[in-house]
Amino acid sequence: MRLRLVPQDTNWDFMRWRHYTFGASVVAMVASLAIWLLVGLNFGIDFLGGTTIRTESSQAVDVGAYRDALAPLDLGDVTITEVFDPTFAPDQNVAQIRIQAQAGAESVTPETIAAVEVALQTVDPSLTFPSVESVGPKVSGELITTALIALAAAIGAMLFYIWLRFEWQFAVGAVAALVHDVVLTIGIFALLQIRFDLATIAALLTVLGYSINDTVVIFDRLRENLIKFKKTPLIEVMNRSVNETLSRTLMTSGTTLLALVALIVLGGDVIRGFVFAILWGVIVGTYSSVYVAKNVVLMLGVERDPKKPSDAGTQFADIDA
Amino acid sequence: MLQIALWKRLSILLVCVIGLLLATPNLFYGPVERHNDAATALERGSVPTPEIEAALAEWPSFLPSGLVNLGLDLRGGAHLLAEVQLEDVYAGRIDGYWPEVRDTLRDLRGTIGTIRRQESPPDELRVRISQPEGMQAAVDAVRALASPIVSLTGVGQTDIDVSGAGDILTLTLSEAERAATDDRTLQQSLEIIRRRVDEAGTREPTIQRQGADRILIQVPGIGSAQELKELIGTTARLTFHPVIARGADSATTPDADQLLLPDMEDEGVFYLLERSPVVTGDDLVDSQPGFDQNGLPAVTFRFNPSGARAFGVYTSENIGAPFAIVLDEEVVTAPTIQSAITGGSGQITGNFGVDEANRLAILLRAGALPAELVFLEERTIGPELGQDSIDAGQIAALVAMAAVVVFMVLSYGLFGAFATLALGINVALIFGLLSLIGGTLTLPGIAGIVLTIGMAVDANVLVFERIREELKTAKGPARAIELGYEKALSAIVDANITTFIIAVILFTLGSGPVRGFAVTLGIGILTSVFTAIFVTRLLIVLWFERRRPRQIEV
Repeated sequence: MRLRLVPQDTNWDFMRWRHYTFGASVVAMVASLAIWLLVGLNFGIDFLGGTTIRTESSQAVDVGAYRDALAPLDLGDVTITEVFDPTFAPDQNVAQIRIQAQAGAESVTPETIAAVEVALQTVDPSLTFPSVESVGPKVSGELITTALIALAAAIGAMLFYIWLRFEWQFAVGAVAALVHDVVLTIGIFALLQIRFDLATIAALLTVLGYSINDTVVIFDRLRENLIKFKKTPLIEVMNRSVNETLSRTLMTSGTTLLALVALIVLGGDVIRGFVFAILWGVIVGTYSSVYVAKNVVLMLGVERDPKKPSDAGTQFADIDA
Repeated sequence: MLQIALWKRLSILLVCVIGLLLATPNLFYGPVERHNDAATALERGSVPTPEIEAALAEWPSFLPSGLVNLGLDLRGGAHLLAEVQLEDVYAGRIDGYWPEVRDTLRDLRGTIGTIRRQESPPDELRVRISQPEGMQAAVDAVRALASPIVSLTGVGQTDIDVSGAGDILTLTLSEAERAATDDRTLQQSLEIIRRRVDEAGTREPTIQRQGADRILIQVPGIGSAQELKELIGTTARLTFHPVIARGADSATTPDADQLLLPDMEDEGVFYLLERSPVVTGDDLVDSQPGFDQNGLPAVTFRFNPSGARAFGVYTSENIGAPFAIVLDEEVVTAPTIQSAITGGSGQITGNFGVDEANRLAILLRAGALPAELVFLEERTIGPELGQDSIDAGQIAALVAMAAVVVFMVLSYGLFGAFATLALGINVALIFGLLSLIGGTLTLPGIAGIVLTIGMAVDANVLVFERIREELKTAKGPARAIELGYEKALSAIVDANITTFIIAVILFTLGSGPVRGFAVTLGIGILTSVFTAIFVTRLLIVLWFERRRPRQIEV
C-alpha cells in the first residue's frame, strides 16, 4: 500500500478559482507593498551600518540593566533583545545588542566596542561575547545596491531563459510569479519585523530558484499537452496539466518542506530568519506556479496556429527530449 | 530496451566511488586536519618530532586528505574589510620629486629668479617663482623630468603633468601614473598584510583583493577582529629624520619642508623635523625583539648596505646633533648622535612592553604598509557559536534526511528506496566535490545542503510520476521506465538549469556566507541531477535485469 497525497486520477477544476485566487494574489501583493512602505523592513546592520554584539551568560538577561549600563556611553539608538531558542542549554542566556552607525565613522571604533563590553561586564561579570559584527555605512550602501542588482539580474535571467525555451507569454507568466513571490516574502518580513539582511537576500534568490523550478515543470507539461491536444481550449489543457503534475508538485514541496521544518526547529537561531524566508517562499512559490504564472499565460493567450506548431520554444526543447 | 552500455555503468560507478573516497576525510575531520598540519610542517622544513610523527600517522597518506574548509561562521575567527587609502602614497611621490625639481629650477635662476615651495594639497607640488615671465622655461624644464610610463594602459604617457599659472608652477601625477601607482599600492598592501598574517602563524587565512581599493581579510581561529586589526592595521612606517628643534608646541606652523610631530610618550612635547628622512624602514633587512642595556624591552634592526651607508654618512657628519626615530607620525625617541654609526644596525627603545616589542619587530620585518587602512566592516565570531551551529546543522540534516527517506519509501516503495540510496550518494558527492575544489562550508551552506536534500528528490519524483503515468498506457514495465526517463528529462533539465543560473548569480554578486551558499547550491544541483538521471536509473536497471518482473508498482 502506497502513501498517496492525492487520488490517482484527479480531474479537479483548478482554473475555476482563478479569478478569486488572482484577486487574492493581487490583494496580498498590494498589502505587502503597503506594509513594506508604511512599517518598513527591520534592516540588519548589513544594510544600515552599525554594530551587533551577541552576549551570552549563565545568568538571566536583564535588558533594563544592560540599557542602563550603556546609557552613559551615549551611543545613540541602542536596541537590546533577548534571544530565545529551543536549542539553547538551560543556563544559556543570549541577548543581541544593536548599536546604530556612529556619525562620521566608517566602522564602529574599537574603543566603542571595548567600552560597551566593559560596561556590560559590570552588570554581569560572566558575560561573554560570542560574536561582534560591525559594518560601516559606506559598505552597507553598496551591499544594498549589490543585493538589488542580484535580484534584478536573477529575474532578468529567468525572463530570458524561459523566453528562449518556451514562448514569451510563458516568460511573462513565470516572471510575474517570481515578482509575486519576492513581494510576498518581503511583505511577511515587514509584517513580522524579522531581521532583513544579506542572508535574507540569499534566501530570496533561493526562493526564486525554487519557484521557477516549480513553474517550469508545470509549463513543460503544458507545452507537451498543447501539442497533444490541439483543439482543446487552453483553459482545459491547463487544468489537465495541473492535475497531471499535482502529485509531483505535492511530493516535491512536501519533501522540501520536511527538510526546511527540520532546519527551522533544530537549526539554531542564527539561521532561523534565513530558513523562514525559504520556507515561506516554497509555500508561496508552489501556489504561484499554478495560480499566478498560468493565470497570466491564460490572460495573454498562447499562439496555437497548427501550421507553425509552437516554434521558438520547442525547437530547442526537442534537443534533449 | 532498458540498456545501459557497460562503459557507462563503469563510469557511473567510478564517479560514485571517487566521490565517496573524496568525501571520507570529512568524517574524520580532527585526525585528518592534524595529519595535514603535520604534513605542511614537514614540507616547510620542520624537524620531525614525535608529536608531528604521531599526528602524521593519524591518517594514512595514501587516502585523499582534502577537507571542506569551514567558514568563519562555523569555525570562529575574524573578518575584516579594509579600504586602502591610495591617496596617501601620492604625497610621498610628490615629495620625492621636490629635490629634483628644486635642483632643476635652481639652474635656471637667471630666467626665473628665486623659487620657493608653497603649501598645497598633498597630491600636488606648488612652486612660486619670483620672475613669472620665465614660467614657460620653468615648465619646459620640469616637464623634461617626466619619464614615460611602462604599463599596458598608459602607453605613450608620462608620469607627471606640469602646468604654470601666474607665478605658480604646479606638478601633479598624471592619470595613468595614478592608476599605475594605485595598483602598485594595493599589490604591496596585499603582500605586506599576507606576510604579517603569516608571521603570526594562523591557519588558512583568506586575503583577497576586492575591487579597486579594498582588501578582504579572513582569519579563522583568531580571538577577535581587534587583535587582527592591531596586527595589520598599523602602518609601521619607520623613518629617521634630522631634528631642527625639540619642545616646540603644537601651535608652531612648520615650513613646507618641515614636519611637526608629537612625542610618543611625553604628551604635549613636539619635535620640528626636516621633512625628508635620512633613511626609511624600506632599507631594513631584519628586526628582532630584544632588551637594551637597562634590561628594558627593545627592538633591534639592521639596515641593508645602502641604508647603512646613508646612515653612516649622516651620523659621521652630524655628531652632536639630535636625530629622531619616527614610527607612524610619532617620535619614538630622539637621541643625540654620539659617534658615527657605520655598522648598519641599531636599536629602538621606548615605552613598550615585551608584547609590543614583539609585534613591532614583526611589523618592521614584514615591511611598512604603503598607505593607511580604513576598516569598513569587521566581524568576530566566537568558536563556540560556530560549534553550536555545526551541531544544530548536523542534527537538522540528519532529521531532514530521515524524514525524506520515510516519505519516499512510503510513497514509491522499492523505487523510493533506490532514490534514497541515490540521495545518500548525492550528499557524499557534494562533500567530495567541495573537498576537491577546496570549497568553504558556511552556515547558509549547510542550509543549502539540507535544501538540496529536499530538492534532490524532485528529479526522482518527476521520473517516478512519469513512469506511473506511462504504466497506464505503455506496453510493459521496461518500456514504461524508459519512457518515464525520456519524457521527464526536459522538465528536469529546464528546472535545474534555472536554479543553477540563480546559483551562478549568487556566486558572482554575493560575498562571504552568501557565496558559500551559492557554491553548495550549485554543486548540489549538479550532483542531484547526476544521481537522479544516472545513479537511480542504474540501480533500477540492475534490479530489473535480475528480477525481470512482469509488472512493477511504482
